[in-house]
This record gives sequence, structure tokens and C-alpha cells, in this order.
Amino acid sequence: MIRSLFAVRHRELPAPVEPGTTLASAEALHIKLGARHVLRGVDIEARAGEVVALVGPNGAGKSTLLAALATDLTPDAGTVRICGKDAGEWSAGELALRRSVLPQAASLSFPFLVEEVVRMGRAPWNGTALADNDDEVIAAALRATETTEFAARPFSALSGGERARVALARVLAQQAPLLLLDEPTAALDLRHQELVLRVCRERAAAGDAVVVVLHDLGLAAAYADRVAVLHDGTIAAEGAPAEVFDGALLSRVYRQPVEVLPHPRTGTLLVFPERG
Amino acid sequence: MTATVTPATTSEGETPEDTKSPAGKAPQGNRGRRSVPYLLTVGMLAGLVVICLVSAGIGAYEIPIGDVIASAQHRIGLGGAALDRVGESVLWNVRFPRIVLALIVGASLGCAGALMQGVFGNPLAEPGVIGISSGAAVGGVASITFGLTFFGSWTLPVCAFVGGLITVFLVYAMSRSGGRTEVVTLILTGVAVTAFGGAMIGLFIFFADNAEITQITFWQLGSLAQATWPKVLAVLPWALVGLAIAPFYSRKLDLLSLGERPARHLGVDVERMRVVLMFVTALLTAAAVAVSGIISFVGLVVPHLLRMLAGPGHRFLVPGSALGGALVLAGADLTARTIAAPAELPLGVLTALIGSPFFFWLLRRTRRKQGGWA
Repeated sequence: MIRSLFAVRHRELPAPVEPGTTLASAEALHIKLGARHVLRGVDIEARAGEVVALVGPNGAGKSTLLAALATDLTPDAGTVRICGKDAGEWSAGELALRRSVLPQAASLSFPFLVEEVVRMGRAPWNGTALADNDDEVIAAALRATETTEFAARPFSALSGGERARVALARVLAQQAPLLLLDEPTAALDLRHQELVLRVCRERAAAGDAVVVVLHDLGLAAAYADRVAVLHDGTIAAEGAPAEVFDGALLSRVYRQPVEVLPHPRTGTLLVFPERG
Repeated sequence: MTATVTPATTSEGETPEDTKSPAGKAPQGNRGRRSVPYLLTVGMLAGLVVICLVSAGIGAYEIPIGDVIASAQHRIGLGGAALDRVGESVLWNVRFPRIVLALIVGASLGCAGALMQGVFGNPLAEPGVIGISSGAAVGGVASITFGLTFFGSWTLPVCAFVGGLITVFLVYAMSRSGGRTEVVTLILTGVAVTAFGGAMIGLFIFFADNAEITQITFWQLGSLAQATWPKVLAVLPWALVGLAIAPFYSRKLDLLSLGERPARHLGVDVERMRVVLMFVTALLTAAAVAVSGIISFVGLVVPHLLRMLAGPGHRFLVPGSALGGALVLAGADLTARTIAAPAELPLGVLTALIGSPFFFWLLRRTRRKQGGWA
């Protein structure tokens, strides 16, 4: 009891890292859910200052890989390392200072206000010197996700897309150097999809590592430094969008003819399903 | 209990002033909502004092409230004057133990209800509804039937605690799937557990002799009529330990409302917290059931009303529900023994009479919000 009360003060705070440092990595990762081998030998790294997009068809193992990096799942084989240490060696409190996770669906059991929900993101810092910045950090997170105007409303009164942004604000408020986002754009309109990925870029520019599961390949091409295409529990291709997004590869992985062409003005890759 | 309420509310009360408001509209909304816990705490404390005084005065032997205060002052050496011999005896050996017992039972039930709802993430969880009280009652009845005395006056509470603990883990294990507790599963598990508990109690009664049957029946109806100081002492430590541990988990309960995984991502050791809180709930329920039998719905109604008034933050809700539970039960006991005077209604019957319609309303409301159970 007493120990858990004061544990926060003995917690080792994460040290600032050089850009390019590996913050999370998976090596030869195997994960079985029930009888199904969801991941079969996956290697991936998330480095400080980078946005990594995980793409692939439904059931390819994107969310499972993200959950494994979040240390929600225990590998059946292989290792997951967070900030240089084996995932199992960190306590829950230490991990909370190092990685934040946006779940696919945001739920809430009781009618907390939006501002209270975002404030929950500050919980890991409770009792540390950085807790003094709570109010500024929360205000900044609300601004970044354009949710400031909902701050005083109950979370349960928001629409799906608004909830998704509030959940993201909570994740931003946690200020962990590793951000794991599971389909942050799924429920969002065009403007806010762009907004969320700009936020990802800003966090990467500030020195964080961002891993984001995306379905929109155009968004991945425009905003990610590296893309990993998952296919049947393995990584089919990994690298810069220009290297990875190849019509033949995507057509095979998605079982749907896909066209990739550069934008006439900016040169960013555009990905389309081929339509008759 | 009071001591834990006050700092929490003041620290919350300060925030709006020194916050550069994060949102345009936030301050008004928040200030309104944040001063509520403070007002509620003061209001409930005042109500508690009044009810205790009235309760001490009213009964077959009337004692004016002035005399009650004078006698209390006399006992703690602050002037005042003792009553005559009969009055003094009625006040200190009959009424006060009964009031104290009502406060302990009420605070335990209210707090246990708030904790259960937080742990299950479900506003319908309550020791009585989901069968924990029934499990504790089986333990209690067993100790009466078998004439167990291995811990002296603590035997019944210990048996009730063991029964409650087994049930709480059983219900928990049976009603969760995929990290969520569905309302239907929870309620149905409660029905099944209560039915099984009823069968066990029936079995024990079948094997009990007449004197034991009388004792069991009175105990089961839920009454504080047999209150004595030794009874108070037999359950006070359990309740105090539970009430003391509970507030330390308030913040973590807030985080748990995001779901199990998000709570873990925010640094909560969810499994450990669950085990501790189930233990605490069993402790509190056992303390209540051991002296008063099954008194249902206090743990359901009190946290729910407070959540509606002051918001769902557990830093107020957990200690607040203990305070509110004490207030409600002291009031209910006063009503139970005066409304049909000189006869006395069983307390459990009274709370169930008032609580059941409330439960019904809550069920309807939850159903409407979720758009059905399926």
C-alpha cells in the first residue's frame, strides 16, 4: 500500500533521445491468438523522429503487431523491446512514461467530461516534476486535435469522430516518446484525417517515434517516412513509400488491382483501386 | 472518512482559479461541477449530525436533544450533565451502539457499491444485486448453524468475509468476457449466485435447531435491533480497513473507466488493483452483512445519485458514497423503528421496498441508453 503510494517518486523518468534512436523494436515476432498464427516472424523498428505506417488488408495482423509493441500481448516467440529494454522488464508505470496507445475504439464507462478524459492522459506523470505542466499540456492537446470547444461537454455526448479526436488528445497529453496509434483516422472526416497526420508529423519532428495503422494508402504515402505492408502475418515490404508502393505488390496483397501514380504537381504517390 | 473527503474536494476546488482555462467554455461548467462535491460533503455531514441526534432522542423512552448533547459532553469531559440512570443506560447501551452500527453498515455498503461499479465499469453492480451479500450471508448462516466459535465474536464476520470473497471472485470470473462485463451477464450471474446462496442457506436452516432458526431468520431480515458495543467492535476493524484502503484507488478507478487496456497503458497495474479492490469489497460487504444480514440497494442508490449530482470522478465518489451510505442507513434505521412504533420494521425490508423501484428505473434507463441488451 505505502510502497505503491510512493512508487511514482522512485520511477525512472525517460531520458531525452537522439533522433534515429530505436524506441521500439520487434524481432522474429510470433503471436498466436487462439489457434491462428496472426504474426509469423515479424521484424520492425520504430525510431525517434520517424512516422512508420502499418498498412495491409483486414486480418493481416496490423492491430496485433501494434498491440504487441504496446506490450498488451506476450510474444509466443521472438522479442519486443521498448526503449532498449525487454518489454517484460518494465513496470506498468514506467511503460506509461514511454509509450502511449490509441485504441481502435474509444469507450468510457462513466460520463466524464472531455477535459477530464484528456487529463487522464497525465496520470503517469502524477507526482513527478512534470505534473506541474498538466494544464498547459492538456490545453495544447485539445488545441492540436481541435477539441477545445468540447472540453466542458460529457464524452458520451460526442459523435464518433469527435470521440476519436478526444481519445487522440488524451494520448498526446501523455507525452510519451513512442506513440502507437491504431487507425486514428477511421472515424474522421477529410479535414481531421489530415489534421491527425499533421499532428503525427509534428510529434515526429519533435523527436518522438510514431507508429500508425492506416487503411488509406494515400495518407500513408503522403505522411509516413516508412511504410510496412503486412500480409498474412508477415511483412511483405518495408521502406519509404516510393519504394514500397508498387502497383503489382499492392494488387497481390490486397487481391484487388491497384494503380499507383505520382501527383501531377507535388509528386506524392496516389494509390487507387483500378475501376473499369 | 471525513478527513479523506475534505482534502480531495478542496484540491479540486482550487483548480479552476489557477488554471488558464484550457477551453473557452470550460471554466463555468467546471466550476459549477467542482463546487458540488464540497457542498454535498458539508450537506451530508450536517444531515448525519442531525439524524444521529434525532435518532438518539426518539424512541420508547424520549430524551430531549438538549439532554443527548449534555450527556455526550459529560462523557467526554466538556461540562454538560449526565441523565438519570435509565436515560443514561438507554442512550449509551441501546441507542448509540445502534447508531454507530448503522453508520458502519451504511458507510461499508455505500463504499462497496461505488468500488464495485468502478471495478466492473457498470452502474448496476452492487454487492446485493450481483450476489456478494448472498455469499457473505451463506458464510454467516453456516457459522450460526454449525455453532462455530473459533474466533469468538469475530467468527461470524470471518465466515461472512470468506463467503463474500469466494463469491466476488466467482461472479467476476463468470461474468467477464474479453475484458468487458456485459450487463445481462452480470445480472444473470447475480441471479444464479443468489439462487445458489438461497439454496445453501435453506440447507443450513434444514439442519439447524429451533433456536438457531430464529437467530438466522432475524439476522436475515436485516435489522440493527440487537446492536451492542461488542457487536460494533466485532465489525469496526473490517469496515475501517476497507474504508481506509478504498480512497487510494480513486484515481486508478477513473482510469479504469477508459477500459482495461487503456488503463494499463496509463500505468495502472490492473490485475493487482482488481484483486485488492475485490478483497476490499468483500471486506466491506462482510462487515455489513455480519451485523445486519442482507441490506440491499444502498450500495446501488447512493453512488448513483452522487454520480448524477457531482460527476463520475472517484476521488469524491468513493469517500462520498461511504458518507452518503452512512446517512441513508442511519435515516432508514430511524424510519424503520419509528414508522410503525412500537413495532419495528426490519431494515432490510425497508431498504428493499424503496430500493427496488429505483433499481427498476435504473435498469430501464440503462437499457434505453444502450438501445437494448443484445
